[in-house]
Amino acid sequence: MRALGDFDLAEEVVQDSLVAALEKWPEQGIPEKPGAWLMTTARRRAIDILRRDTRYREKLALLERSDMWPDRAEADDRLRLIFTCCHPALSPEAQVALTLRAVVGFTTAEIASAFLVAEATVAQRIVRAKKKIVDARIPYRVPEAGELAARLDGVLSVLYLMFNEGYLSRGAQAAMRRDIADDAVWLTSLVATLMPDQPEVLGLLALMKLNVARSTARFDAAGDMVLLPDQDRSLWDQAAIAEGVAILERAGAMRSTGPYQIQAAIAALHSGARFWEETDWPQIVLLYDALLRMGDSPVVRLNRAVALSHVAGPEVALGEVNDLALVLSGYHLYHSTRGELLEQIGEPVLAREARRRALDLCQNPAERSLLERKLRG
Amino acid sequence: MKYVLMFAGSVQEQEAWEKMPEAVRVTAYERVNQWFEEHSRAGRITGGAELQGPSSSTTVRIKNGKAVVTDGPFIEAKEVIGGFAIVEVKDLDEALGMAKTWPGGGIVEVRPVVDHEND
Repeated sequence: MRALGDFDLAEEVVQDSLVAALEKWPEQGIPEKPGAWLMTTARRRAIDILRRDTRYREKLALLERSDMWPDRAEADDRLRLIFTCCHPALSPEAQVALTLRAVVGFTTAEIASAFLVAEATVAQRIVRAKKKIVDARIPYRVPEAGELAARLDGVLSVLYLMFNEGYLSRGAQAAMRRDIADDAVWLTSLVATLMPDQPEVLGLLALMKLNVARSTARFDAAGDMVLLPDQDRSLWDQAAIAEGVAILERAGAMRSTGPYQIQAAIAALHSGARFWEETDWPQIVLLYDALLRMGDSPVVRLNRAVALSHVAGPEVALGEVNDLALVLSGYHLYHSTRGELLEQIGEPVLAREARRRALDLCQNPAERSLLERKLRG
Repeated sequence: MKYVLMFAGSVQEQEAWEKMPEAVRVTAYERVNQWFEEHSRAGRITGGAELQGPSSSTTVRIKNGKAVVTDGPFIEAKEVIGGFAIVEVKDLDEALGMAKTWPGGGIVEVRPVVDHEND
């Protein structure tokens, strides 16, 4: 039963450090060198407490100082936990729930509200996953070199899933859950620190940073979504963009490209345009082509078609979009993209119809109100 | 830790296997035998067998103490089990590593074996 022993111990430490932080920090302030576990797992809670503190920013800066990263043995332990939580023998839902629980320190209630599922469902997922870790003896370790790339891919997709859910929620409660997106960024930067020579980890981190950098411009005062062409680019966080680009350049220097680096490069091109008309669409289309060569995906094809509409015109793009009808008919962005392109080629009736279907399929409140506004004309 | 690797494939794959030209089948068998020998020599395989096709299967259903014998495999499935291996390895990753190199194609289900020694 060694597997559960290790896993439970790791999780217990998480909980302990959480409790300790909750009790001590408000009274005694941040310790000189907070425990390594605290750094990873209790950080979020600690920050919640610190937010009530007037000197929050100073303390936060202290917390994020890079020389406070833990030593190698502690780092390895943390990586083992992440790789165990993201083992492909567990269902994707269980991987996300387990990672949030054991690595980030979320409660089952917090995970449930983040993913809009019943708390009992989350609790059951976690119990089942832990039982499978024991019964099937899922090893508690970082995979060896030969396996590492494929397994790291699994870890990155869990982080990406977490980020996307936070960045643009599928649910009806909130348009964007900054806390989950922030946690995903933080966890990815942790993995990047622990595995500094993996370009795709840096690629994903750059992608997240570049997206977050533009987030203040994504919603207007009423909470409605503002699309890229209409965004006030002066609201973009230029320091964060520069950071994202620098991370991407570090990844690029390792000369082993991958899908996250390419997506980050696309985000960087958007971030680099001072105004909408300056966007380098031909380059973006080429990057989407490269992305498709690494793995065909209808959603990537849809995004490529949007970019293509600015290079080859809406009619050509609409042809490409229509080809995706069979696979993407249940995806609201397929219909809203068609709506946009149909309007551009002067088909208002068909455009309206497409936007109606998009509205039927979409739950995110900010996206919905944007569609409603377009439908009202 | 003991696992059973169950080698399965679709009914069509099974039929295609049976209809294979003799020479092709011989090389395919050679690859499978090589896999078995390699892992047996390394002490990872403690047992296993290839099963005859599903048409040779007979099912016994025990219900309320009465046994009913019927023709055919026990569940109507699109996949059929073609054979199995009992392996003794360190953990799931090692068992999955073996399954990934299985030269027979199709599907390999990896299931841990209940250990009654600790009961």
